[in-house]
Order: sequence, then C-alpha cells, then structure tokens
Amino acid sequence: MNSEENATFEAIYRAEKRSVLATLIRLLGGFEAAEEALQEAFAAAAARWPRDGIPQNPYAWLVSTGRFKAIDRWRKQARLAAALPDLAALADELYEPAMPEDISDDELRLIFTCCHPALAPDARIALTLREVAGLTTEEIARAYIASAPTIAQRIVRAKAKIREEAIPYEVPTHVQLPERLESVLRVIYLIFNEGYSATEGPGLTRADLCLEAIRLGRLIVGLLQDSEAMGLLALMLLHEARHHTRIDKAGDIVLLEDQDRSLWNRNLIDEAGKLVEQAFATRNIGPYVLQAAIAAIHANASTAQDTDWTQIVTLYDVLLRVDPSPVVALNRAAAISKRDGPQAGLAAIETVIQQGNLQNYPLAYAALADMQRQLGMIEAAMISYQQAIALTRQPAELRFIEARLADL
Amino acid sequence: MRYACLIYYNAKTLFGGSPEANAALSECANYDEKLKESGHFVMGEALELPENGMTLQVRDGKMSAVDGPFMETREMLGGIILIEATDLNDAVRAASGHPLAKIGSIEVRPVVDFSTPPPEL
Repeated sequence: MNSEENATFEAIYRAEKRSVLATLIRLLGGFEAAEEALQEAFAAAAARWPRDGIPQNPYAWLVSTGRFKAIDRWRKQARLAAALPDLAALADELYEPAMPEDISDDELRLIFTCCHPALAPDARIALTLREVAGLTTEEIARAYIASAPTIAQRIVRAKAKIREEAIPYEVPTHVQLPERLESVLRVIYLIFNEGYSATEGPGLTRADLCLEAIRLGRLIVGLLQDSEAMGLLALMLLHEARHHTRIDKAGDIVLLEDQDRSLWNRNLIDEAGKLVEQAFATRNIGPYVLQAAIAAIHANASTAQDTDWTQIVTLYDVLLRVDPSPVVALNRAAAISKRDGPQAGLAAIETVIQQGNLQNYPLAYAALADMQRQLGMIEAAMISYQQAIALTRQPAELRFIEARLADL
Repeated sequence: MRYACLIYYNAKTLFGGSPEANAALSECANYDEKLKESGHFVMGEALELPENGMTLQVRDGKMSAVDGPFMETREMLGGIILIEATDLNDAVRAASGHPLAKIGSIEVRPVVDFSTPPPEL
C-alpha cells in the first residue's frame, strides 16, 4: 500500500470498525469470536483492497469476510474434533447468506449489552468506552488514571460474565426498555462527568471523555427518539458550551454568575435548546429533560440578573417530584434565594440540611454560609465555611471556599 | 501497539510425553499461521532449553558467564512472539489462543514506546 491508500484504509478502519464488530457479535454469538473475525477481515482487506480496489460497501464486505473466516475456523476445528457435530451444524447454518439486518439495530444491541445492569458499574463504563466508543484499553486507563491491566481485567471479566450468564445480545423489549435505557444513559452521563469534573490530571484525555460521551449521546438520540436521551444530550451540550469559562487560568472555580457569557458556545446552546423543545413536545418528561431545561434557562440568560428564577424554581419543583434527591432539594433552595432573597434562601437551605443526607456534602455548607454572609451573620458564616472546608477534598473547591472565608 | 508475548512453561511437563502436551506442541506452528492471518504476527521464535545457553554478567569491567539456568527452575522462558495489537485486551485475546497457554503461562508485555517518558519508581 502506498501512503495515500494507507490513509484511505485507516479512515475506513476507523469509520467501520465499530459497526462491523456490532454486527459480527450478533452473527457469531460472542465478543471473542467477533473480535477475532474483525481482525481477520481487516487483515484480508489490507491484503486484497490495494489489488482489487475498495469494495462499494466496505461494511458489507468486512462483515461477510469476517463471518466466513470464523466459519472456516469452526469447520476446521469441527473436522479436527469429529466429536463436535454441533459446531459443524452451526457452521453450516451460518453459511446461509444472511445479509446483515439494520446496522443501527446492531449498534443498539451492543450498547445495551455493554450497559447491562448485571455488570458492575465500573465494568459497564470500561466496556462501553472500548466496544462502543472504540477507545483502546490504554486510553481508558489514562483517562481514569488506572493501570492498563486493571482496565483490561475489568473488560475480560465483563465479557466472561456476558458469556456465562448468557446475557442476550438484543435491544430490550418494550417493557424493559425504560429501565435498561436508564442504565445506558447513566453510563454515558458518568463518562461525561468523569471528564467534566476533573480540574487536575492529564487534561487532554479528560476532555476526550466529554466528547466521547456527547458522541454516544448523539448516537442514542439518532437511533432511539427518546425524550430522556435527548435531555441527557442537551444537558451535556450545555455543560460543554460553558466548560471553558468555569475554571480560570489559575485553575480556580468561576461561579456561574461571574462567568464571561460571551465565551459560551452559542452553537451548542442552540442545539441543546432545540433538543429540550423536542423532548418537551413528547410530553414524556424525566429528570434529564428537566435538568437540561434548567441549564438552558441559565445558558440563554444574557446576565445572571436577567435569569428567569421563577421558571427555574418551578422546574426544580417538578424535578424534585421525579427525582427526590437532597442535592436537587439544595439546588432548588439556592434558586429560591435568587428569586426571593437571602432570608428565604437561608430558611430553604436550613430545611434541606435538617432533612439529613447532606451531612457530608461540602457545597451544602458553602451555600448556607453564602446566605449567612449576605444577611450579615458573619460568625455563623465563618462556622459554615469551616464545615465546608473540612468536608471538601477537591483542591479547586477547597481554594474557592477558603477564598470566600478570607473575604468575610 | 506492539506487545511481546513471553511463553513460560515447565519443561518437564511440556516434554514429558503426555497427550495434552504433545497435542499443544504440534499445534504451535499452526498458531503462528493463525496470528499471521489475523495480522497480529510480527515475529516469533521458540527457544532451546536454557541448559543449551549461558547467562552472563559484567561487573567491574569483568565478564563472568555461567551455564544455564537449568531445567530444575520451575517455569522458564521458552519462546517469544512479538505481535501488533490494537490494545492490551486485543493482545491478551490473541495470546490466549496459543496452545502453550494451556500447558504453561504467557506474559503479555507492551513494548516500550520511547517517545513517552520512562517510568518513575
């Protein structure tokens, strides 16, 4: 191959590898056989395409070549061990020229299998990043600051579990779909948050996680017109649109109200806005859609003062009903302080803290301290900031709260 | 990325004449072919028993060379296969099909990329 052919081949490899694998897993009934067949198909392509030219439909060529390679291997094995007539029968069956069904169905099958609730949460993430996003074991290890063998083990064990428990390779039925999709969306959001929340560490690979999560989100939205999937994608786009402005050059946190809004990415915000509208139109509104709607109001306000706090509080009320978590309650209380002033905010935050479950959450005490500071309750504010400092482990968060305390 | 698959075995088990061991030995050449077909294979060599080799050291400018090590040492390095794989999982999967994995063990080690800094220990 000359360098131009090589580049073309590389491009096809990158573009087709995931969907070819997704289909081969279905046709061959397992990850290992499919990965082996994928490798053989690309090796055959590298040998034949420069001579015969690139086929019109590389995906179909690679799928059928990979499939025949696997069948060939099975036949040889079956012949070697004549005691395995089943294998021979299976191979015969596979000789049927069954052309791939809908490619997108296979990609969905793959995502649902990788995010199956029977797998450990860590394993779902590693498997999704490798098999669906196409990252290498080493790339995943760098992004999660883990060793490559640790990640490799997670993937090997997850695949063994899929095999042993015969986790089916299918898009879940209508009844199971909401629950199974929730697991898929959570995996994608965890990948995004891992990339987003890191303020230290190898920056590039972390940013890649955000982009990968967004890419996965787009894939799901493209394949399943689901409102929560749209909500999650919109939410990630809105975070991504602002992510350059949330940390200053020194690595310190910049509050939403102090961020330079002219630097926010309008294209991403507009795309997210359309997704939120589309999701609301389905009338099937879940926690991701609501969070995205709240983030969209912030993103579309020209200044912090211009923000429509009444609408934000209303959305938090609904969110609290579908997702009654203490962190949501705290955010709602903070929104009330913006709408009705610090006195009302203080009462709301105190109520949330008294309900418990936030004893170890530093931002609850930082929010409480903020209200106390605005009301001139300096001594109380000092105590609250110190409680927040005692609880926080993130360096940037720590610096931020310490600076607030020093300002008192 | 390139990975070295270091094949270790207990020589007395592998050459002890059991049907499993003999079957594994006879399949080794086929597996090299398979790795070539899948595009993984870069090079591979089986090693003669260590008693046919020597171990040397240079200390204070002086070389000492001794025979062996000898077969008594439990598992010994018996072969090296260099493969090209997309990542560690791909390399492990490629190596896991090697017939000697059933008799001995295979250590899969990434080949050093000298554009990255050396490890800090």
